[in-house]
Amino acid sequence: MSVFTKLTLTEFRLTLRDPLYAFFTLLFPVLLVLILGNVPTMKEAPPELGGLRVIDLYAGLALGLAIGIIGLQGLPSVLATYRERGILRRLATTPAPPVTLLAAQLVMNLVTVLVSMVLVYTVAILAFDVPFPENPALFLLAVLLNCAGAFSLGLLLAAVAPTGKTANAIGTFLFFPLMFFAGLWVPRELMPEILRRIGDFTPLAAGQDLMTDALMGQSPALLSITVLVGYLVICGAAAIKLFRWE
Amino acid sequence: MTVIEVQNLAKRYGETVAVRDVSFSVEPGEIFGILGPNGAGKTTTVECIAGLRTPDSGSITVLGSTAGDPALRSRIGVQLQESELQDKITVREALELYSSFYPNPADWRALADDLGLTAKLKSRFGKLSGGQKQRLSIALALIGNPEIAILDELTTGLDPQARRETWELISGIRDRGVTLLLVTHFMEEAERLCDRIVVIDKGAVAALDTPAGLVERTGNEQRIRFRPSTPISDELLTVLPEVRELRRNGPKIEVVGTGNLLHAVVSVLARNGVVAADLTLEQSTLDDAFVHLTGKE
Repeated sequence: MSVFTKLTLTEFRLTLRDPLYAFFTLLFPVLLVLILGNVPTMKEAPPELGGLRVIDLYAGLALGLAIGIIGLQGLPSVLATYRERGILRRLATTPAPPVTLLAAQLVMNLVTVLVSMVLVYTVAILAFDVPFPENPALFLLAVLLNCAGAFSLGLLLAAVAPTGKTANAIGTFLFFPLMFFAGLWVPRELMPEILRRIGDFTPLAAGQDLMTDALMGQSPALLSITVLVGYLVICGAAAIKLFRWE
Repeated sequence: MTVIEVQNLAKRYGETVAVRDVSFSVEPGEIFGILGPNGAGKTTTVECIAGLRTPDSGSITVLGSTAGDPALRSRIGVQLQESELQDKITVREALELYSSFYPNPADWRALADDLGLTAKLKSRFGKLSGGQKQRLSIALALIGNPEIAILDELTTGLDPQARRETWELISGIRDRGVTLLLVTHFMEEAERLCDRIVVIDKGAVAALDTPAGLVERTGNEQRIRFRPSTPISDELLTVLPEVRELRRNGPKIEVVGTGNLLHAVVSVLARNGVVAADLTLEQSTLDDAFVHLTGKE
C-alpha cells in the first residue's frame, strides 16, 4: 500500500472517530431531507422554480450543506491544527513529505462528500420522488466543482489562520452567509434580484445553480462554472503561496 | 569518519541572530550533547542538521551528504520539541503508519516493547501521559532504523521518574549502534548520558569537551563542611596549599579548595587529635561548569 493510501485511510479512521463531524457531514443532510420531505408545502412546485418542487431543491441544498461544513469548517481547522501541533513539521523530517498529508485530507473530504451525495439522493429519490439527474455526468461535475470552490476557500483559510481554533471561527463566520446565498433559508429562485446577483459570485450558490442545472438537464450556466473555477485558481494559488508549514 | 560535521554555521531570523558561529563534529556511535541556556541557538542548530532549515552560511555534512538532502530523511530519525500527533490516533496506528514511510523500517512491535508501549498500543495519543507521549515520539524517531537519531529536549516536562526511565532508554539506543545527538538544558541529563558535549551560548560554541573535561575547567573546586570535635584555629587549615578559603558558620567550618583537599584536611585534623563530625564533600558538577562557561544560573 502506498504511503498516500495509508495516510488517506488513517485520516478517514480519525475523522470517523469524531462523532459530531461524522454526524453533520454524513447523517445530518439525510435527516434534513427526511424531515423536510415530510413537510407538505415542500412538495409544492411554485412557478418561480421552473417545474421543480421545493424538496427537489432542498436535496441539493442538503448536500451543499455537507460541502460547506466540510470545506469551510472541517478542512481548515484540521489542517491548521496539524500545523499548530507540529504534525506537519514531524512529517517534514520523514521520507513522507507533509504535502502528502494535505492531499490525503483533500481526498478523504472529497470521498466524504461523495458518500454523503449517494446517501442524500438515494433517500430523496426513493422516498420523495426527487428526479434522478437528467445529466448524471454533469451532476457529478457540478458536485466536484462545488467542492472545488468550498475546499479552495478552506485551504486558503488553513494557510492564513494562525491556529485551528481561529480557522474554525472564520470558517463558521463564512459558512452562514455563504449558505444563505446558496438558498438554505430562502431558495435562490425566490430571492430578490439583488441578493441573487450577489449570490452568483459566491461559491456554494454557484455550485448550487450548477447542480440544479444538471438535475433538470439544462445546459450549465457559464457564469457558475467561471466563478467556481475562479475560486479554485485564485484561492488555490493564494493558499499554495501563503501556506506555512510551521 | 565523522557522522555529522558542522562548520561555521550561522542562521538569523530577520534581525534576530539565532546562531552566530557554531562548529563541531560528531563521531559514529557516540552520544553527543548540545547544551546551552534557553535561546542559545541549540534548536536552530539541530533543525539545520535535520534539514528543516537552510543555514545562512557555513556548511553541514551529514553521513557524507549536505544537510537537507531528501535522501537523508530515511537515515536520520528526529524527535522535535513540541511535535505532537493527532489526538485520536492510536499508538499502534502511529507506529504502523510511520513505519510505512521508510524503506527499511524496524519491527514496530519490538520497538514498542523496548519502549514499554505494548500495553498502550490501543490507546489514543490524546489519552497518553507526558512520558508515554515522549516514548512514542522516541519510537517514531527510531522506527526507520536510522543511523543518527536527533532528540530535542527529550525529557522537558517529564516527572523525575519518567525522566530517569527515558535516560535508561537512551543508553539502550546507543547499544543499537545509533549515533545520538541530544539537545538538552538539563545538566544531570548531559552528565549521565553524553560522551561529549558542546556548550552553545549566544549562538556560538563556548566549549566542547567530555563532561569530566568540562568540569575540570572549573578548576575542580571542592567544598568540605564539618563540625570539629574541639575548637581549631583558622591557620591550622589555611596554611595548607590545597585550601583556598575557609568560612565559619556557627559551629561548622566550610573549606573550599582544590587538589586532594579531603585527604589534606582530614590528615591535619587527625594529627591534632580533632575529629571532623557531620563531614560532607561537594565536588564541582557540570552545573558549576555551565555557570562558569555561560555566566548563567
